Amino acid sequence: MVPTLSVDRLRISFSYRSGSVEAVDGVSFSIAPSECVGLVGESGSGKTQIFMAAMGLLGRNAQVSGSVRFEGNELLAADASTLNRVRGSQLTMIFQDPMTSLTPHLTIGTQLAEVMVTHLGMPWKDARSIAGHMLERVHVPEPKRRLNQYPHELSGGMRQRVMIAMSLLCEPSLVIADEPTTALDVTIQAQIIELLRAVRGEFGMAVVLISHDLAVVAGLADRILVMYAGSVVENAIAEELFKHPRHPYTAELLKCMPSVTGPRLDRLPTLAGQPPRPGETLEACPFAPRCPRAADRCRLERPRLEGSSTSQVACHFPLA
Amino acid sequence: MNDILLRVRDLRVDFGAHAVIRGVSFDLCSGETLSLVGESGSGKSTLARAILRLLQPVQGSVEFRGLDLLRCPAAALRAQRRSLQIVFQDPLASLDPRMTVGETIGEPLKIFEPGLNAGARQLKVRETLERVGLSSEMSGRYPHEFSGGQCQRIGIARAVVLRPDLLICDEAVSSLDVSIQGQIINLLLDLQQEMGMAMLFISHNLAVVRHLSHRVLVMYLGKLVEIAPCDALFESPVHPYTRALLAAVPHVPHATGAAAPAVPGEQAVPDMISSGCAFRERCPYALSVCEASEPPLLEVAPGHWAACHRSHERLNPLSLSP
Repeated sequence: MVPTLSVDRLRISFSYRSGSVEAVDGVSFSIAPSECVGLVGESGSGKTQIFMAAMGLLGRNAQVSGSVRFEGNELLAADASTLNRVRGSQLTMIFQDPMTSLTPHLTIGTQLAEVMVTHLGMPWKDARSIAGHMLERVHVPEPKRRLNQYPHELSGGMRQRVMIAMSLLCEPSLVIADEPTTALDVTIQAQIIELLRAVRGEFGMAVVLISHDLAVVAGLADRILVMYAGSVVENAIAEELFKHPRHPYTAELLKCMPSVTGPRLDRLPTLAGQPPRPGETLEACPFAPRCPRAADRCRLERPRLEGSSTSQVACHFPLA
Repeated sequence: MNDILLRVRDLRVDFGAHAVIRGVSFDLCSGETLSLVGESGSGKSTLARAILRLLQPVQGSVEFRGLDLLRCPAAALRAQRRSLQIVFQDPLASLDPRMTVGETIGEPLKIFEPGLNAGARQLKVRETLERVGLSSEMSGRYPHEFSGGQCQRIGIARAVVLRPDLLICDEAVSSLDVSIQGQIINLLLDLQQEMGMAMLFISHNLAVVRHLSHRVLVMYLGKLVEIAPCDALFESPVHPYTRALLAAVPHVPHATGAAAPAVPGEQAVPDMISSGCAFRERCPYALSVCEASEPPLLEVAPGHWAACHRSHERLNPLSLSP
């Protein structure tokens, strides 16, 4: 079976006047059809850049090597017209800020219909009527009226529903949701997560859910990739990851998350130190300076991501 | 912890024709941490700004150690400001990019302790830098040279250098990564113990609030809907909105994919509330009385107040999923 997306030894660096900075450092993983994969990491860990590379959206100062294949076809080498056939139709993306990812001067109806006019060659009138149906399917109240409204007339939650509708119009095989709920309030966040779960069941596409919050990903993902300083450090079935994290970073991150259940604490558990600045990593394990289990070997030799496709860890001394 | 430091009474703030704070009253004791939770648009930050008189309320009073800050002359207000400090959400944007860290932290000293000579001020700045976990060597650097977490430490240093009696933290950890968030909160807790200051901690993150508050105040559309001791609020929340908020908090590990029930709808815009309870349209327990009249704030248990017509009934739990 051809994976929906396969990323192989992907490296991304950005050059600046002051030198070059490595953002993604040899990342490999694949996503099966209909699978929902959570990609978790702190800011600067490189999680968004992987998909910006896949979509051909990186800036000119980016150097990319390795491979990103979508349903078997290489995306990195593809020219704009080839890319345009898949992105926005088969491979779609939902961004964090639903205000800036919609065009402010076009109505919702025009923006949705445009996708089908462009990708499917549909007449505008038909496209608008399908757009209305799609808004209904993502539970936007009064969909007919919304078609004539502008993004600023909708709330953040409604705009995110519109983005989700837009991502589904051409029945994609992969939707990338990059921090889709981060800008939203907690009750609206719960609604959007529920909606993503529902549309995934209905449309059967694969989903990548990018988030800094393990708890958000927990509600949706089958499998979770944890990134730290440009590398994937752990790859595991979601349930396993929460029960038996193997990389010390995952374990520490789970410990750090304050909870609304369980005992109340006088002090919050913390992870000392800070992630390395991009470009700072050398031959050592990037987590070694903050790791409670680090030994000499960790400071000399960088661990590789090893194991089976559903249970991998990049650590010399993983937890049992 | 029994003497009242801050007494807010029937505070109202309008932005043009919009009522943003619609009559909020509460007390804050010395050394106490009161958290203010609610969604965006509920008026949390506006309330903080009104307390500091960074904007002018249309009605109500804010008494700080017995002095009404809203009515006192400018000079008296200014004198009180040294005891009232605030840490903002965006750590980088709240620092002046053209001032060194040392100048930023030294500025409050310059204003409020003009007797201090440059050397003594320097010394105090360095001490404060060390106290918030930064090296005193950093005092000559500029904000852009620091990470988000470090900038927030600088913002805290600026706020505590005068040893205030009240520190308002407006979403002070919201833009930080989890691993950094805990460090900053622990720092705030340590400083509070050391200096005995009260904290008004504004946050949308209930999981964080739970671990650091003495009491919690929940706001919805400019109204106080529930206020209670921290444990009581998390263990036996009364207002349906508080329950919905708690149920919506994502948490790990997630058992069997059973999601917490999402409360439907969204917070209305203030103009749309004509009468009755502002939450009623989203409330699974709403009755006709909720439309007819606005629920008063009633004490349901000692120190635990809620504004809900059904606050004395035992409503079915909006359970947290296991």
